[in-house]
Amino acid sequence: MLSYATRRLVLSIPTLLFISFVIFMLLQLAPGDPMAQVPLTVPPEVKQKMREALGLGEPPLVQYWKWLVQVFWTEPKVFIDWAFGTNMTEGAQRVISWQTRSPVMDIIIQRIPQTLWVVGTAYVVAILIAIPVGVYSAYKQYSVFDQAGTFVTMIGFSIPPFFTGPLLIVVFSVQLGWFPSIYDTTHVVNDWGSFKIQLQQMIMPVMVLALQITAQLSRYMRASMLDNLNQDYVRTARAKGLSEAIVVNVHVVRNSLIPVVTVIALGVPAIFGGAIITEQVFKVNGIGQLLITALFANDLPMVMTLTFIFAVLIVLFNLVADILYGLLDPRIRYD
Amino acid sequence: MTDNTTPADEPLQAIEALADKEPSKPPRSRAKDVWDQFRKHKGATFGLGFLIFITLAVMIGPMLYDVDPQKPDIRNKNFRPIYVALWDADAKTGWLKPLGSDQLGRDQLAQMLSGGRASMAVGWAAMVLSLFIGTAVGVAAGYFKRIDGLLMRTTDLFLALPILPLLLLAVTLFRQPLTASFGLEGGMFILIVTMIAVTSWMPTARIVRGDILAIKEREFVLAARSIGTTRFKIIRRHLLPNVLSPIMVSAALGLATAIITESALSFLGVGFPSDFPTWGKMLADAVVRMEEFPERVLLPGIAISLTVLSVNYLGDGLRDALDPRIRGR
Repeated sequence: MLSYATRRLVLSIPTLLFISFVIFMLLQLAPGDPMAQVPLTVPPEVKQKMREALGLGEPPLVQYWKWLVQVFWTEPKVFIDWAFGTNMTEGAQRVISWQTRSPVMDIIIQRIPQTLWVVGTAYVVAILIAIPVGVYSAYKQYSVFDQAGTFVTMIGFSIPPFFTGPLLIVVFSVQLGWFPSIYDTTHVVNDWGSFKIQLQQMIMPVMVLALQITAQLSRYMRASMLDNLNQDYVRTARAKGLSEAIVVNVHVVRNSLIPVVTVIALGVPAIFGGAIITEQVFKVNGIGQLLITALFANDLPMVMTLTFIFAVLIVLFNLVADILYGLLDPRIRYD
Repeated sequence: MTDNTTPADEPLQAIEALADKEPSKPPRSRAKDVWDQFRKHKGATFGLGFLIFITLAVMIGPMLYDVDPQKPDIRNKNFRPIYVALWDADAKTGWLKPLGSDQLGRDQLAQMLSGGRASMAVGWAAMVLSLFIGTAVGVAAGYFKRIDGLLMRTTDLFLALPILPLLLLAVTLFRQPLTASFGLEGGMFILIVTMIAVTSWMPTARIVRGDILAIKEREFVLAARSIGTTRFKIIRRHLLPNVLSPIMVSAALGLATAIITESALSFLGVGFPSDFPTWGKMLADAVVRMEEFPERVLLPGIAISLTVLSVNYLGDGLRDALDPRIRGR
């Protein structure tokens, strides 16, 4: 198992390098010019100097190499400096955003907590709803609950977040006035009252995200339960006199969870990607919203680094899913 | 006299187990089996019906209701849909604009029809293209061992790409060169369809490859090969028909994803140009005014959701109907 994990981990490095190279080369084709905003009165040789200051003077491969060094060598050192108070990166060049002229990583670190709060909560809520729903609707297959559950998950599966979002805003912010329509990220939670406000502003984005995830997960859970309920070991468990609760909740659910856990792991990066739309609807200034604004502002270093982070998340969670599958299911052997 | 003699006029009866069973009904074709199973799935029947309805509506609708969706009509702006008159007699409604008009007086019904036309066209084209790529890669990887590793690594690589960020990226980056050479709408159409297809063919390729790997070891392929059938004929006559069912299921799912992706791009403002209506675009434009005119969000939103819902149900039904293990239960 360990050797498998190591092999996969080592293999993921060329994958990530290749992906980053593809994204970088794609960005090289970008028609936009970061100097477009500079007044025409600035003489060309000054413009050339400004261009070089942004790291644009070199050929693409050199630029790519420098980006790699900055992301994989300088940024970890900056992190160590920040964590242990050392002073290794004095004056070292970091990845600089063209929009704000400040290090890209600093902005990302500022934005990540908002995304994690909203997306993480939505994921937890969705898992907590989806698994019991899936279990019960498989146990009572074709019952009213199952029919209703399947219908609702199908709807949750089909309605895109850019429709549920505005819909919820119309109903709950405009008509009922229960929740704010905009997520206020400057809000500080320090007492019960502010916690309640935080909860109120989180409910709608979390609901939108959780609806989608619940729909997917409960379908997987139901299918996996149905596969397991007809297995011989279930009959054996019943035959040896175990109570129905133990048969279902211990034997069947545990076995059915194996594929579902891997689906949960695989879904994590997709949720970050999908949260772009939800963040845009509710004006949560997380990393998805950061990507959109950077894209429209033609801020290539920011776009590059963010897209790469998404790619890292996908590769990482693919690995986690495969390893979890092997760990949870002793029948799976990778060696 | 005892009754142990058999009456001569009674026909000779064979033992029941040895009797020849006449087929009670004529043999049934596979297509009919599939169709019967498909009809049992209510959601799928509804889905197929709605998909046909919406496709016909957006194809024929603009011919029947030939109002220019782009024509501003400032005097008749901000009409509410006609049904609003049912509960609000003072609302500005009229048969002139059955589904209302927007802030420039553009007719909403005409916009819905032509917007649907764009959305469905993008959906179908992207789905067909993605199926084509996926099937080609899957068949090649499954049938030709030499390129299997390379193709499957490529598939894994594509699966590891962050789809939505990359789509956004590509659509914003290539907008100018393509619109320059194919015109504004044509260029965007080509760009969006290609990008959606290029980022969504991987599941099809994996499924098709798995099935091809299993089928190509079967006896009938061996038989075909032994009588000298060429590789491409084997693929076309013997392999492709046998992987048709997973391809059809992923076609349905692909159509749903393509429609949603196109709408998402339009919603984020990187899709078609602003004067070219699609459902996602209409929804995005209406969000700022949804307090006064909720129907401008609701109508395109419901159209997208119902289409995707019906396609998803269709896929569900197809999966059940085409799976011989489930069929006939």
